[in-house]
Amino acid sequence: MISARLGLYGSLLVAAVPLALTIAVGLLSLLPADSALHVPGYVVTLLGKYLAYALLALSVDLVWGYVGILSLGHGAFFALGGYAMGMYLMRQIGTRGVYGDPVLPDFMVFLNWQELPWYWYGFDHFAFAALMIVLVPGALAFVFGYLAFRSRVSGVYLSIITQALTFALMLAFFRNDMGFGGNNGLTDFKDLLGANLQAGSTKAGLLIATGAFLSFFFLVCRHLTQSRFGKVLIAIRDAESRTRFLGYRVERYKLLVFTFSAMMAGIGGALYVPQIGIINPSEFEPANSIEAVIWVAVGGRGTLVGSMVGAVIVNFAKTVLTGTFPEIWLFVLGGLFIFVTLFMPRGIVGLFTGLRTWRSQPAKVRKQLTGRALEAGE
Amino acid sequence: MNAAPVATIGGTPESMQPLLYLDGISVSFDGFKALNGLSLVLDPGEMRAVIGPNGAGKTTMMDVITGKTRPDSGKAMFREADLTQLDEAEIAALGIGRKFQKPTVFEMHSVFDNLLLALKADRRPSRVLFASTRAIERERADGILEMVRLTGMRGRMAGELSHGQKQWLEIGILLAQEPELLLVDEPAAGMTDAETEQTTELLRRINETRSVIVVEHDMTFVRALAVKVTVLHEGSVLAEGSLEHVSNDPRVIEVYLGR
Ligand SMILES: Nc1ncnc2c1ncn2[C@@H]1O[C@H](COP(=O)(O)OP(=O)(O)O)[C@@H](O)[C@H]1O
Ligand SMILES: [Mg+2]
Repeated sequence: MISARLGLYGSLLVAAVPLALTIAVGLLSLLPADSALHVPGYVVTLLGKYLAYALLALSVDLVWGYVGILSLGHGAFFALGGYAMGMYLMRQIGTRGVYGDPVLPDFMVFLNWQELPWYWYGFDHFAFAALMIVLVPGALAFVFGYLAFRSRVSGVYLSIITQALTFALMLAFFRNDMGFGGNNGLTDFKDLLGANLQAGSTKAGLLIATGAFLSFFFLVCRHLTQSRFGKVLIAIRDAESRTRFLGYRVERYKLLVFTFSAMMAGIGGALYVPQIGIINPSEFEPANSIEAVIWVAVGGRGTLVGSMVGAVIVNFAKTVLTGTFPEIWLFVLGGLFIFVTLFMPRGIVGLFTGLRTWRSQPAKVRKQLTGRALEAGE
Repeated sequence: MNAAPVATIGGTPESMQPLLYLDGISVSFDGFKALNGLSLVLDPGEMRAVIGPNGAGKTTMMDVITGKTRPDSGKAMFREADLTQLDEAEIAALGIGRKFQKPTVFEMHSVFDNLLLALKADRRPSRVLFASTRAIERERADGILEMVRLTGMRGRMAGELSHGQKQWLEIGILLAQEPELLLVDEPAAGMTDAETEQTTELLRRINETRSVIVVEHDMTFVRALAVKVTVLHEGSVLAEGSLEHVSNDPRVIEVYLGR
């Protein structure tokens, strides 16, 4: 794998990039607006969004690139983490809401609710919300994965039910009586841990936090995939029954990684929401999860670095294109996916690092390398 | 059964408890009987060759023994363990290793890593997560590499190996598990004559310490093994005994050798 070829120092260098970049951009954004080096606030927000997506992409690459689980539902874990953060932010609003209710968020007052639903309890504490940000996506992934992997659902079937999962959640969150703000979702946030979300310093801080989390999880994933454990994952991806007959409980490995990956995605969502300022059910849209898979494919599946690069580049392209020609974006995305699948099976990262190694491989291995690029499972 | 007395490597007295005991195993796929009352007894230390035309049920028999396929009826015991109640991982842990008909190795891992992953060890994720490669493991993997003649390919990706070398690597993978019984499905398929001969040699060496069931089509190969032969046909045992004995059996000649 490419990140294996990066070596320890290479990986540390890669890991340093998001952190260093966000610190630099964050600090520059705090310069006076008339300074030549000043970075405007919208750039900070955009970069923060891209990097939160990069964390989602990393989580997708971990399960798809290394275990062969093509999850088309990771957007749901991202959104759940986002909602958990959103609930905390809602409760921080306090009496500053339109209706001024000290406990109930505006939408509940609007719905004439008299008291806070039980599942909103605790979200006024950041520590509790932080726990839920990982526990809720993690628990859902665990239950879902337990059922799916135990019955050995894999390949296309698994992909389809992950789509169904995120679709079902979207429908549920659209309902007003679920108590998550219906189709408007959660918004009008004021502050986080006492810091005003509109303040430049808070935005810079959130950006740096996102960079730090991304760097951290890149290193964790790298370590995980390079270890003996990671070798078992790749073994499962490439020859599941061989691994099983060696005595490995494949379903347990899958469950563990799937759950961990969902937690990562949840953290991505939690970092995304305060920077964007809103979370609504559209985050559960099945297309979002598919997009995340495309980022990984474009960047280079099974490389970790590629997933992050892909997320940033594709989303940058999306920002540019939807600004100028919003109606063509989906076609561009679809075309990109087909192009990458056919002509760049190792993605962008593969173009750079793979070329030399690639040429030195016998034709047979080359074919395996390419053939593996988009297989869902075995 | 109709077993004629033959010399088997590590031949055992009648009173000895069999290592593997299959009795009246039936498996059907959508009404088609892939195995039909199959019975087979393997003694500890024995090597057995299983032959039979395509579709006779040889691979399905291995599927039953390794827990991949549950029989509709019949008994499958490995010593005291009821194989029909266990799953693949549990059966592997009992000491049964399996080579697939289509050679299956971890192509994106180095040859050495293939063996490392197969070495007998705690397979629980929590243990594997914090496992580091110990010197003794390296030694054992290297020992196996030598045995399967792949020392020179140690650092290469398994995907780069030739077909024959993959077969050997997979046998090496089995050995790394330290199984008591090896099930080897068509090891000589696609091999050159020289490779086939080396494979015979390898299986003989393995059989010095382990029991083996080898499924094979290649009669020269089976002849060279010189062990007791079980002939399968349409899911049950047609004949059993030395190759000499079964190849003179008129029913065997009719369904298999005669064609
Ligand atoms: N999973 C399966 N589903 C349906 N039919 C199967 C399955 N596995 C094997 N069979 C059938 O069972 C018969 C025995 O197959 P197999 O055990 O592979 O034969 P052999 O290994 O002796 O060539 C064949 O006719 C095959 O088509
Ligand atoms: Mg077969």
